[in-house]
Amino acid sequence: MNQAVQAAAPAQKRKPKETGVPDNKKYLHPMLAKNYGNWKYHDRPRPGVLHHVAHSGDEVWTVRAGTQRQMDIFTIRKLCDIADTFAEGRVRFTIRSNIEYIVADEKKVAPLIAELEKNGFPVGGTGNSITMIAHTQGWLHCDIPGTDASGVVKALMDELYDEFRREEMPNRVHLSTSCCEINCGGQADLAVIIQHTKPPIINHDLVANVCERPAVVARCPVAAIRPAMVNGKPSLEIDESKCMCCGACYPPCPPMQINDPENSKLAIWVGGKNSNARGKPTFMKMVASGLPNNAPRWPEVAEVVKRILTVYKEDARPWERLADWIDRIGWPRFFEKTGLPFTKYLIDDWRGSRTNLNASTHIRF
Amino acid sequence: MAKKPHDTPNLDQLESGPWPSFVTGLKELAKDRDYVVDLLGQLEESYKTKKGYWKGGTVGVFGYGGGVIPRFTELKNEDGTPKFKDAAEFHTLRIMPPAGMHYDTATLRQFCDIWEKHGSGLIAFHGQSGDIMFQGATTDNVQKAFDELNEMGFDMGGAGPAVRTSMSCVGAARCEQSCYDEASAHRSVLNTFLDDIHRPSLPYKFKFKFSGCPNDCMNAIQRSDMAVIGTWRDNIRTDEALAKKWFAKHGMDELVNDIVARCPTKTFQIKEIGKIKKGEHISSVAVNETHAIEINNQDCVRCMHCINVMTGALAPGQDRGATVLVGGKSHLKIGGLMGTVVIPFMKLDTEEDREKLIDFGQRTIDFFAENALEHERTGEMIERIGLANFLDAMELDVDPAMINSPRMNPYVRTDGWEEEVAKINAKKQVA
Repeated sequence: MNQAVQAAAPAQKRKPKETGVPDNKKYLHPMLAKNYGNWKYHDRPRPGVLHHVAHSGDEVWTVRAGTQRQMDIFTIRKLCDIADTFAEGRVRFTIRSNIEYIVADEKKVAPLIAELEKNGFPVGGTGNSITMIAHTQGWLHCDIPGTDASGVVKALMDELYDEFRREEMPNRVHLSTSCCEINCGGQADLAVIIQHTKPPIINHDLVANVCERPAVVARCPVAAIRPAMVNGKPSLEIDESKCMCCGACYPPCPPMQINDPENSKLAIWVGGKNSNARGKPTFMKMVASGLPNNAPRWPEVAEVVKRILTVYKEDARPWERLADWIDRIGWPRFFEKTGLPFTKYLIDDWRGSRTNLNASTHIRF
Repeated sequence: MAKKPHDTPNLDQLESGPWPSFVTGLKELAKDRDYVVDLLGQLEESYKTKKGYWKGGTVGVFGYGGGVIPRFTELKNEDGTPKFKDAAEFHTLRIMPPAGMHYDTATLRQFCDIWEKHGSGLIAFHGQSGDIMFQGATTDNVQKAFDELNEMGFDMGGAGPAVRTSMSCVGAARCEQSCYDEASAHRSVLNTFLDDIHRPSLPYKFKFKFSGCPNDCMNAIQRSDMAVIGTWRDNIRTDEALAKKWFAKHGMDELVNDIVARCPTKTFQIKEIGKIKKGEHISSVAVNETHAIEINNQDCVRCMHCINVMTGALAPGQDRGATVLVGGKSHLKIGGLMGTVVIPFMKLDTEEDREKLIDFGQRTIDFFAENALEHERTGEMIERIGLANFLDAMELDVDPAMINSPRMNPYVRTDGWEEEVAKINAKKQVA
């Protein structure tokens, strides 16, 4: 199908119907609609399956499967066919782009799982598994990406496939990836994020026409950018001794190119926890950096991710999230057990950072 | 049949392995779409050079100021023509999902048909703000696709300095931990701010997220300017049959090590049945003939851990509602911030209750619009002016549930102290 530019816009412009968020009631599986707000408990008969029991005595089984998130229409139609056969034509998606099918008859669970797996959709991602990676757009669609997103996720999920389909981790493991330091992928037990290591390279010919210079100056977290005349043109300059290479200036001013094929590296962060369970929510911490942006499969990143998760799996106690485990064993032991180098760059010096330093004699030897 | 595919040796390597491959999907689409043939060409180039080649621009639909993410290729030949001309424009439509992301297949199939006709055929369920992302349309086709999606009853999401698309958990539809009707709250709040969603004019983005319990499956505390998180005020409920069933399966070691030892306030105890306390704040339930659980609910912080481990045996209370936190955001510009409690508890049972939440959202956004600096998030604004000033403007009473500890430094002018104490006492008298 040729999608080249077509005829001009119609003369009569259609006004949008400002309908907002649609009502979800008609999309609910009939058993969910019937027992809305009246569920009693759930258990997990096997990885990838949730069994919910309502106060009415009704029961439903949810089968969860992984998807590639960026889905072609053929894949979506296939997922719909499966829903029409097994699940009353209803599906839902989780926050991590897994698809869920709900059935009211336990006998449908096994054939539904078989059908999903036959079509290449792994069943899992429940309970104490490693679930699908929350991710961003990357080279496929973002205007400021330092790396890809879907490709990194595909490469990593291939490596973590078995753990997605099992429930053998100490507690659930949420992963995210982000293709710049803005971190659209979000907080996670373990995250892979671009870390730039060189200040942006400025194309002075373009700045005056493309960038609103005061806005760019204001955007810099460390006040390292100032207006300047370069080659007779209004432009911007960077105090490179102040610049910490965050890339905040790049979105409002694309001529300040921060992405660098060699010097934009990948960093690994651990210990983010969204939930309030046990301790309060936590932000993740950087534990490794300097990994090469090695498309198409990022083997160096996968190696570090797997190393951390393997040690966590062996060493953590039941119900310890990654953050809980490190709270128990301490950071020195974390670096010792994972074999990751603890460098000076991992000592926080941003505002509020003193709370991240050890102001006690609590030291594990 | 589409034109001949470009060589994609890098992307080809993302077709092996067991996880579903987006590259395989793109290649399926490319079989009869020159558009996707060239998309793969540009993506392969990115894999080769490790550079992105999309730039933004201005593309929208009639009547709205946002919601389309415009993308024009920057990968040009020397004469300035696009290197992959059939994919020179690759815009995304952000469409708001139903609460809880439930769909029927008729709707999904209709999405596919519309996107097959007007777009690339690539749809993401969902973006990080919760939008259905219809990825890849030319400038001319954006309006056509939107018109058809809009006629189905779906509407544009937020982009830019606007109220953004929201997310809510599966909640009451299928979760026993749900503490309010997340879908109703999500829909009624968001649909109040459609003008601020569709016509970006705030200092920066503003996000709502709705989680039904403190497990916060929507990551609301870390990711939203206003987090509405379900909780309860009365005692944890118990079910002896399920408690005994759990104990029979898991035993004393797990009860002690996985729950007693992990209770953050140590209010969860295991005792001989005869030693269990009675009282209006005590929840207790026998796990076998000799031992029972005792929870003093006044010391419970509603963290959910014991309920997560013994789901059904233990359950949230019945005096349910939500805690509202304000100011969560990611790194830029001052570093990541979590939301701060500003409403420790509010009921969300009725339309009238939800009106109060909407009113609070409205006043917060109005204050944000007037007081935040350009590109400043709500959390940064509060950091700059101080929480007390924000509370004052929102006419919220201060509450020790909002803090981890009182201030640790003396640098504050306190000459209004007596007046504040008098106000608090006067309020107590009325109550």
